[in-house]
Amino acid sequence: MSAPAGRDLRLDLFRGLALWLIFLDHIPANIVNWLTIRNYGFSDAAEIFVFISGYTAAFVYGRTMEQRGVVVASARILKRAWTVYIAHIFIFVIFMAEIAYLTRSIDNPLYNEEMGALDFMKEPGDTLIQALLLKFKPTFMDVLPLYIVLLIGFPPVLWLLRKAPTLALLASVALYTVSWNLGWNLPSYPTGVWYFNPLTWQLIFVFGAWCGLGGVTRLGPFVRSRWVLGLAAAYLLFSFLIVMTWYFPRLAVHIPKWFQDWMYPIDKTNMDVLRFAHFIALAIVTVRFIPVDWPGLKSAWLKPMILCGQHSLEIFCLGIFLSFLGHFVTSEFSRSMGMQVLISVLGILVMIGVAWLITWYKDIEGKGSGKQPKPSDADLAGGGA
Amino acid sequence: MRRIAGLTLGILAYAVAAHAGSLCDVAAHLVHADAALPRVADSIAKSKALKIVVIGTTSSTLPGANGEALAYPARLEIALRKKLPEVNVKVISLAKPRQTAADMAEGVAKILRDEKPALVIWQTGTYDAMHGIGAENFQTTLEGAVDKLQAGGADVIFMNMQYSPRTEAVISTTPYADAIRWVALEHAVNVFDRQAIMRHWGELGTFDLVTATKSLDTATKVHDCFGSMLAGLIVEALARDADAPKEPTKQ
Repeated sequence: MSAPAGRDLRLDLFRGLALWLIFLDHIPANIVNWLTIRNYGFSDAAEIFVFISGYTAAFVYGRTMEQRGVVVASARILKRAWTVYIAHIFIFVIFMAEIAYLTRSIDNPLYNEEMGALDFMKEPGDTLIQALLLKFKPTFMDVLPLYIVLLIGFPPVLWLLRKAPTLALLASVALYTVSWNLGWNLPSYPTGVWYFNPLTWQLIFVFGAWCGLGGVTRLGPFVRSRWVLGLAAAYLLFSFLIVMTWYFPRLAVHIPKWFQDWMYPIDKTNMDVLRFAHFIALAIVTVRFIPVDWPGLKSAWLKPMILCGQHSLEIFCLGIFLSFLGHFVTSEFSRSMGMQVLISVLGILVMIGVAWLITWYKDIEGKGSGKQPKPSDADLAGGGA
Repeated sequence: MRRIAGLTLGILAYAVAAHAGSLCDVAAHLVHADAALPRVADSIAKSKALKIVVIGTTSSTLPGANGEALAYPARLEIALRKKLPEVNVKVISLAKPRQTAADMAEGVAKILRDEKPALVIWQTGTYDAMHGIGAENFQTTLEGAVDKLQAGGADVIFMNMQYSPRTEAVISTTPYADAIRWVALEHAVNVFDRQAIMRHWGELGTFDLVTATKSLDTATKVHDCFGSMLAGLIVEALARDADAPKEPTKQ
């Protein structure tokens, strides 16, 4: 990866990719989501997303902290958290509208149990309060609350990362280890805990931030070593083989029992070490084959993905909405494979279109107000989610 | 990948099944015994009897006056008696609405004491997923209870949640299905993958799982399939016992 001075388009590219994957993964029973990375290894788009968000947040707000001081940078971070919160509540309202529709349409004696669940969720009073408190998070609405909590905690972390990066990273590892071992997590409504435990997922966010503040340069020789690359590739292969045993259970007998005991469960809630390692391996292999000056980054073919990555909060929310909509269409009209492919493609086209519109709008706003256009890095800050 | 392979197989199976007249068989390739049933084999060898207890929630029952006779536990009893005519098969359903896995786990000791089953079919996951119990807690609960059941002389077959196209976007069952799969792998327990089976039927249009209806028609057929497929699973698992009679029991 590059030194933190210039804009690294790979961040936008891979965040755009992660947004597409999240959209596809959130349409249940979609044949296209067999293409997404979660089916071929331990980690999935969530890791990519949180890592890049940490990287860009540190990059952008780190610069603010240097130029304008700790108070201004902290205020901007908290304002960002507020924006994400509003976005989350907006998505929640759309979700509740879907529930209201479903409860009227699902009537079938086969599904008495599932219908009961919806009755419980449409209790508007309690549910609304718990949603505002970020304790009630309907299915697939777990990522933004995680990001909100990470942002709220970010100002002191950023301060420490700039003063003593290694110490900050060690503190993050310590929090991860302690939370993991003592089972710390935030409570959910009506019972249970957060699906993405912020106390453990902070590790990949802080690690991303550490990389964004120059850690990448320090890691350079390590990442470029042939041994490390070989090790990373071997781990990716191992992970792929293990995941195959989930889809072809008959293969599972070839994994020794003691090894299964050691390995399982591979926990997503607490971001299992195996998942973290898988993400790191993926990153090592990726930066090896896609250097920062890779010409493809300027090609018209990848431009749409980069555009999406540059407006990640808007496109993330849009993706969640589109996946609701896509699921609605498949269950109401047609479940055919052609329809699934069509919806996936259309959804991504809409995401690209809207990302393009936002870019266009920001451009004319920048010119129209007579002010200097904001530096393009502001888009990176607008990243996140 | 699995889906494509599954689909090809499914289409083949569909063609065959259309001749055989059995809609269930469309998904037959999704039912396989991954573990033996040593305690069931023991019970049959010793007393020519097999007592099965079903624990679960609303999705193990059907509403209405004939609901009990039409739901899969009763259908399993009939199907299994046909397949094992020399064995005295008895299936008891203890399914009750609104139970988490933890609620059911609490009842395990009493079930072992009162019913002394050789096999417990444990349908779970849906209620935990709806109420966001947390897949981790769910898994720990299953592990503890399976240990107890096996030590108490009962084999276990897990049945995971239904595939419900209307609600799958709002109830995330995947982490719970994964938890069941993991516990099953670690404890040498079979899983009846109800979710995959129903999804397959839904995709091929074998049964209409989408249209709103008050009729029990589809539900009855679906439960009948569950019954006969479960019977098939048990018989297949018993064949594994016969293949490897000396296989040590995993506790």
